[in-house]
Amino acid sequence: MDALNTAAAQNPTMGHAAYKVTGRDVNVYYGEKHALKNVSVSIPDRSVMSFIGPSGCGKSTFLRCINRMNDTISICRVTGKINIENQDIYDPSLDVVQLRARVGMVFQKPNPFPKSIFENVAYGPRIHGMANNKDELEQIVISSLEKAGLLKEVKDRLQEPGTGLSGGQQQRLCIARAVAVSPEVILMDEPCSALDPIATAKVEELIDELRENFCIIIVTHSMQQAARVSQRTAFFHLGTLVEEGPTSEIFTNPKDKRTQDYITGRTG
Amino acid sequence: MTDMTAATSRFPGRRLDVTSDAAKARIRARYRAETRFRAYGLLALAVTTIFVAVLLVDIVRRGTPAFFQHNAVLNVPVPADAFGPPDKIDVAAIRSADYFPITKAALQAAIPGIESRAGEKTLTRLLSSGTADILRDKLVADPKLIGTTVKVPLLLSADADLYLKGEGTKIVPRAPRGIATPSGTYGEITVLTSSNDFTEELQTIKRALAERGRASEVELGRLRRSKDKANEPRIAEIEAELADIKKRAEQPGGEEELDSKLPSVLVEMNGGLVKATKLSTSGISGEVLLPLKSTSEAQPNSWKIVTYTTAETNREVDDATIAFVERLKSQGAIENAFNWRFFSVGDSREPELAGIRGALIGSALTMFVTLLLCLPIGVAAAIYLEEFAPKNRLTDLIEVNINNLAAVPSIVFGLLGLAVFLNFFGFPRSTALVGGLVLALLVLPTIIIASRASLRSVPPSIKEAALGVGASKQQAIFHHVLPVAMPGIMTGTIIGMAHALGETAPLLMIGMIAFIVDVPKSLVDAATVLPVQIFLWADLPEPAFKSKTAGAIMVLLAFLFVMNGLAIWLRKRFERRW
Repeated sequence: MDALNTAAAQNPTMGHAAYKVTGRDVNVYYGEKHALKNVSVSIPDRSVMSFIGPSGCGKSTFLRCINRMNDTISICRVTGKINIENQDIYDPSLDVVQLRARVGMVFQKPNPFPKSIFENVAYGPRIHGMANNKDELEQIVISSLEKAGLLKEVKDRLQEPGTGLSGGQQQRLCIARAVAVSPEVILMDEPCSALDPIATAKVEELIDELRENFCIIIVTHSMQQAARVSQRTAFFHLGTLVEEGPTSEIFTNPKDKRTQDYITGRTG
Repeated sequence: MTDMTAATSRFPGRRLDVTSDAAKARIRARYRAETRFRAYGLLALAVTTIFVAVLLVDIVRRGTPAFFQHNAVLNVPVPADAFGPPDKIDVAAIRSADYFPITKAALQAAIPGIESRAGEKTLTRLLSSGTADILRDKLVADPKLIGTTVKVPLLLSADADLYLKGEGTKIVPRAPRGIATPSGTYGEITVLTSSNDFTEELQTIKRALAERGRASEVELGRLRRSKDKANEPRIAEIEAELADIKKRAEQPGGEEELDSKLPSVLVEMNGGLVKATKLSTSGISGEVLLPLKSTSEAQPNSWKIVTYTTAETNREVDDATIAFVERLKSQGAIENAFNWRFFSVGDSREPELAGIRGALIGSALTMFVTLLLCLPIGVAAAIYLEEFAPKNRLTDLIEVNINNLAAVPSIVFGLLGLAVFLNFFGFPRSTALVGGLVLALLVLPTIIIASRASLRSVPPSIKEAALGVGASKQQAIFHHVLPVAMPGIMTGTIIGMAHALGETAPLLMIGMIAFIVDVPKSLVDAATVLPVQIFLWADLPEPAFKSKTAGAIMVLLAFLFVMNGLAIWLRKRFERRW
C-alpha cells in the first residue's frame, strides 16, 4: 500500500496515470479454445501485482500478453486492448522487440544463457546499444547484479558459466538479466516454483526491493507468496478475471464465492 | 483389516500374492528375460567388434607392404659425356639426358657376365622404369656429382619387390654328397655328380607330375560329361598330355625334362647358378643363369642343389629374376625403405611407381568444395525451415522430399550431376569442382535433417529468454540457439562428409574414374578421389596393386579418422554446459 501511495504522490495528476499497465476486454484464443475472456485490469506502477488462480485459468496467458510473448505461438490470437502508459502495445506500428525491452520477463524455470555470468547480464544492454564502451557495459552488469542481490556471491567469477550457479542464484541471475535493460515492467511467471524455501525467500526479498523502481507483475500458485510480496492481487478462474483488489482485502474479505473457495482451499 | 476387506470388495479381482509359486516363477522369468536380453546385447557387441577387428587387421596386414619398397643400392658411375658437351652441362641437359644406359651399366657391374639376350632383358627389367627419375633428381639437385660415382638407391621393379616381400616361392637348398663337375661356365652346360645326388629332386618332380596327371584326369572327366563339341580339341590335348605323363611315370628312374609348370631345380656352384632343363639321378643339363667362375670340380660341401618349390607359371617372378635379386641381396645391395613415393606421386600403370597423392589431393579438393557449399546452405535451410518457415502444405511437402532425398541411391545424384553440371552448364568433366558439387547435393539432405534435429533439441527456454530481454527472433537464434545446436550440426556435417568421402558411384558418372597421373593443382584440373582410386586399383591384374589397394584403403581410413577427430575436437570446443 505504501508503494501505491508513493507512486500516487509522485504523480500529481493522480488517478488513471498512476496505472502502468491497463488491459481492456482482453480475449485470447488458442485456435478454437477461448483461453481468456474479457479481462480488464489496471496495474499500478512501482508496486507488485500478483495473479493467482488454479492451473489453466489464464493467468500466465494474460501475463504473456503484456510483452506479446504469445506472438511466438502461431495459433494464438489476441483481441482487446492492453496499454502501457497510454500506448497500445498491440498497435501494428509498435515494434515488438522494443516492447520487450520495456517489459522484462522472468520465467518459471531459471533459464540463463549457456554463457558466462557476465555475458548473461550484458546481452540485453549490448543488443540495445545501451553502453557506449566496455566500462559502461561493465557498470550496467555490476549494478544489475547488485540490484538482483547476486553481486556479492558472483563478483569473483563473472566469467564462469551462468548455468553453473545454483537454482536460486540462476533465477536471480535471470532477474539481473531482466533488470539490466532497465525495463518499466517486469513480468514474473511463477519465478519460485522451481526453488527451495531459502532461495524463494531471497527472491521474494528481492521482489520487494525491486518494486521501488519497477512495476512488477507476478504469477504464483502460492497464496502465501502472493500475500507476502504483492500489494494488489487478481484472481483468475476459467479464463475470467473474477476479482481484483488490494491483497489484504482479497485474502481477508473476498467478495466472490469462487475466490473464497480458492483461497480457503476448497477448489483449485 | 476392515480397510483391506473394504478395498478388496471395491476392486474386484485377486490381490497380488508375492509369496505364491506363480509370482515367484513370474519374477524368475522376468530376471531370465533381462539376462537373456543382456546376453543378446553382449553377443551383438562381440560380433561387431570381431568383424571390425578382423577387417582392420586384414587391411593392415595386406596394406602395410604398400608403404615399403625395396631398392637396389648401387654404385652408379655417372659419366660426364652422357650429358652432351662437358663445357655446357646445364639443368636442361641433365633433365633431358638418357639415364637408362647409366643405370644398366651399374647393374651389369653388380651382376657381371650376363651375355644372353634373355638374361640381359631380365636384368634390365630388374629395375623400375622410374629409376631414371631418382637419379635425375639427385643430379639436378647437385650437378657436381656428374663425373663421379654416386651411391644411390634405385627402385626395384614391382615383381622383384613382391618377391622380396615374400610373394614368390619357397627356396629349399640341399647339400649333396657327391663331387660335381660342370661342363662349362656359360650357356647350355651339364653338371654331373659322382653319386646319385639328384634322386630326391627326381622323385619330387615325378610326384608333381603325378599330381598334374590326377588334375588332368578330373578335368578330362568333366569335359567328357559336358558333351559340348567345342570342348573336343581340349579333350584331345589333355589326352595327349596324360599319355605323356603316364609314359614318364612308367620309368621311375628315367630322365625328366623340366618345364615351367614344374618346380625349378637349380645348382649353385663355383659362384654361379645353373637352372636344370633335364634332370637325371646323376646329373642335370641346363642353362646358366649366373655365370660360373670356372669349370673346376666342386667338393661336396661347396655346392648346393636348390629347389624353387613353386612352379614358374604360378608366380610373378621368373627364375632368373630370383637369381639376380638373391645375388644383389647377398651383396648387401638391397634395402627396404619407407615408400615416400606412395604419398608423393600420382597414379601410374607401374605398381612400384603408383602413388596416392593425386587421389588424396583430389579428395581434399572435392571435400573442400562440398563443405563450402553444403554447410552454409544446409544450415541456412535448416534454420529457415525450423524457425521461420510457416507450417503449411508447401513446407510439409519440402520436408518430406528432403527426407526422401536422403534415401535416393547415390548414383542418381551422379546422373543428375552429369545432366546438369556437365551437359547443361558445361563444367569441365572429371574435376574436383563438379565432384564437390555432386557430393554437396548428396550430403545436403543429411546435413539439413541433422541440423533441424539439433535445432529442435535446443530447449525453447533459451530462445524465450533471449526474446524476453528484447532480442529479435534472428538475434535469439543466431546468438543463443545456434551456438547450442552447433555440436549437433557439426556431428551431422561430419557424418555427411564421411559419407561423401567414401562415395564412388556418383563420381563415376561425372568422369572421375579416368586414369589420371598428374596431381591436381586446382579445382578445375582433372582429378580422382581416394575411393575411386581404390576401385581402379582393385580392378588391375598386377598382384603388386593388391597391396596398393589395401594401402590406399588404409589412407582413406586414416583420412576418415582425422576428419572424425577434427569433428570431435570442434564439438568439444563448441560444446557448453547446459
